[in-house]
Amino acid sequence: MAKEGLSRVRGWVLFAILFLSNCAFATETVVLDTIAPPGSISLPAKANAPVGQRTPQDHSNFKQLQGPFTAPEQVTKACLSCHTDAGKQVMSTLHWTWKAWNPKTKQMIGKSQVYNTFCVSPVSNEQFCTVCHVGYGSTDPEKFIPFEQRTENQVDCLVCHDTTRDYRKMPFLGGNPAMEKIAVKPGCNEVYGTDKPYVLPLDLSKIARKVSAPSRANCGGCHFYGGGGDGVKHGDLDSSLLNPTHELDVHMDAKGLNFPCQQCHQTSNHKVSGSHYNIDANPKEGAIMSGSGHNGNAATCQSCHSQTPHHGNKLIEKQIADTLNTHTRAIACETCHIPEFARGGKPTKMDWNYATAGKLAPNGSPLVIEDEKGRNTYWGVKGSFLWGDNVVPEYRWFNGTERWMHIGDKIQPDKNGVVSINDIEGTPQDGKIWPFKISRNNQPYDTENKVLTVFHSFGFDPESFTMAYDWQRAITAGMKVANLPYSGHYDFVRTQMYWPIAHMVAPKTKALACAQCHVDNGRLAAIDGVYMPSRSKDHQSWIERIGMLAVVLTLAGVLIHGLIRIVVWLRRKSN
Amino acid sequence: MSADRIYLYKRYERFWHWSQAVLVIFMLFTGFEVHGTYHLLGFKTAVVYHTLTAWTLLTLWAFTIFWQFTTGEWTQYIPTIKKVDAMIRYYSIDIFKHAPSPYKKTSAKKHNPLQRLAYLAVLAMISPLIWGSGLLYLFFSSWSDFGLDKYLSLEGVAMLHTAGAYMMLVFVIAHVYLTTTGHTPLAHIKTMITGWEDAEDEH
Repeated sequence: MAKEGLSRVRGWVLFAILFLSNCAFATETVVLDTIAPPGSISLPAKANAPVGQRTPQDHSNFKQLQGPFTAPEQVTKACLSCHTDAGKQVMSTLHWTWKAWNPKTKQMIGKSQVYNTFCVSPVSNEQFCTVCHVGYGSTDPEKFIPFEQRTENQVDCLVCHDTTRDYRKMPFLGGNPAMEKIAVKPGCNEVYGTDKPYVLPLDLSKIARKVSAPSRANCGGCHFYGGGGDGVKHGDLDSSLLNPTHELDVHMDAKGLNFPCQQCHQTSNHKVSGSHYNIDANPKEGAIMSGSGHNGNAATCQSCHSQTPHHGNKLIEKQIADTLNTHTRAIACETCHIPEFARGGKPTKMDWNYATAGKLAPNGSPLVIEDEKGRNTYWGVKGSFLWGDNVVPEYRWFNGTERWMHIGDKIQPDKNGVVSINDIEGTPQDGKIWPFKISRNNQPYDTENKVLTVFHSFGFDPESFTMAYDWQRAITAGMKVANLPYSGHYDFVRTQMYWPIAHMVAPKTKALACAQCHVDNGRLAAIDGVYMPSRSKDHQSWIERIGMLAVVLTLAGVLIHGLIRIVVWLRRKSN
Repeated sequence: MSADRIYLYKRYERFWHWSQAVLVIFMLFTGFEVHGTYHLLGFKTAVVYHTLTAWTLLTLWAFTIFWQFTTGEWTQYIPTIKKVDAMIRYYSIDIFKHAPSPYKKTSAKKHNPLQRLAYLAVLAMISPLIWGSGLLYLFFSSWSDFGLDKYLSLEGVAMLHTAGAYMMLVFVIAHVYLTTTGHTPLAHIKTMITGWEDAEDEH
């Protein structure tokens, strides 16, 4: 480390000498470290199905996959006949369990354990939410079979490995695909993925013969649509990343590097690295080879770009690059390089108010209100929404630790009466300044027991909110499934949830400019604990006052002194 | 008259003085913009120029220190308190009576005693304060490499740098004004340009 510092000092000295001796400099501009695009090796020409560098087999030729398949479990069984351990591997991951242990906060977390500010909890809504679970085997809408009671044949291989984009998991079938013609429930076309009032059965054999490594479309099939629709939840993940421009994301740029998700979320034994539940927010390591094991996290920016990512060859560019590199100690790369999120034309849901839900249109169907841009700002079954695109993030110190509210935890509103679903931790000493989407809601809680309620939102039974618009019944049903006491009294409380922003990395020309933060009331106006030149709130007022006073007194002194000299001189002259 | 003409400032000395004057004033100008006192060049431009100028000035000083020691001129900066009272009396009273300065410049002793004290303050206090804090500021990202991050805060370093800047600004104002106190208002400046000091004429 010291050696690196010395060489930097040496670099500066050399640079100063070069400047003074008026040398000619190279003409390159500031460049970021870049890495070579993957997959430059050409593939065999005559394959009916995807054949990769590391998978030199054509699945379309496999006897096991010729079908016909009458149940999706049969496909999985066929997969497992060769990929013997894949089922067990998947069942040990978060994608299956929806549970994780957070050693930092000693909490059981995961989708099934914590609240969120969107549909609040999958508990009691599993028949709908398992559209995004990598499993089958709970097709009875009235009865949910817990994941741990299922077998490895019930792992859904196709949802991640389908390349045809025909594969789709159905709601109210526990995440199974349609094996016969099924009717689309009214108002649910987006979830069923069709404009038609029905869904036709899938030819699973055709899909199985074309499996390959997951693409952005596979991951995005769930992760782009979290929270009940395209772009709703994350803010930095939506369907615009299927085929993004360079402007939207320099790494996933479909005409450029075209990274799949796994380029950063390196995967081994079906365990995908990187998760909202385990964030490496302040990576100390320098460059790490892509794919090397490093604490189970996704590749960080530093993994490829190092702790000193800015480079410049020409005099001024070198100096700017060095100045920018002083920022990496306190500022996450994402803060400057993702200047806004939801930039791909898909808005994200910023605020959701359950308290207004339940209004019906004159014809008896749930009331729908759209704004002038055609965005759904009110829906009777869900409440009112605020949408945002090109959203400027909110900035906070963050060390990667989030303290989640476990289902059943008592609410602890802050001084503004807002309950944080996931309190983020971090100080200038152990964290960096990170960009966040903060999604807000006004959601029901038990006024006696002081817990956020779990409620039965989705279903076609009279207890579900979407059918009866009756909070009392929906909460009673939800709390029963969650094994929580319910006092029978509810009201609504403001909640918020932090979403660290890490995708949609903009081209360097669109990164934040110096003066967007180095100014009073700039982007980081609310950030304390770091000295930012040009921000008057960081000034020591006593130094400013004494300094200004000294300057003013000196000026006054010389002016008076000079004036007296002039007057004396004029008098002498006239005498 | 020509017999009283003395060659006070050598060519390198004059080059050093004037380039330093330009650089210091430019550093003050850009520095206070970086500080947020006003917005003229733009923050980024101000930072770039401030840093470039700093390195230029440091390089100039490297040559100048070498020059001071090889020529022995450094002894000009050895402070003295002899006749300080006379100088104070001169600047506060006698100057208005158009009395001549009590200090006679020679090429061996170019600076009056007050001047020497002022330069000592610049050399021993303001400069180390500014350059020490400025270099730490510049190498902020390397602090942890040397274990300095445990002892330093950017805020503290910036505070010292700002305090130094105010002191330098006070010095520059006073210094510029005092150049007008020669036997004519522009006499000192002329000397600093040509190197030659004319003997004082009695008007």
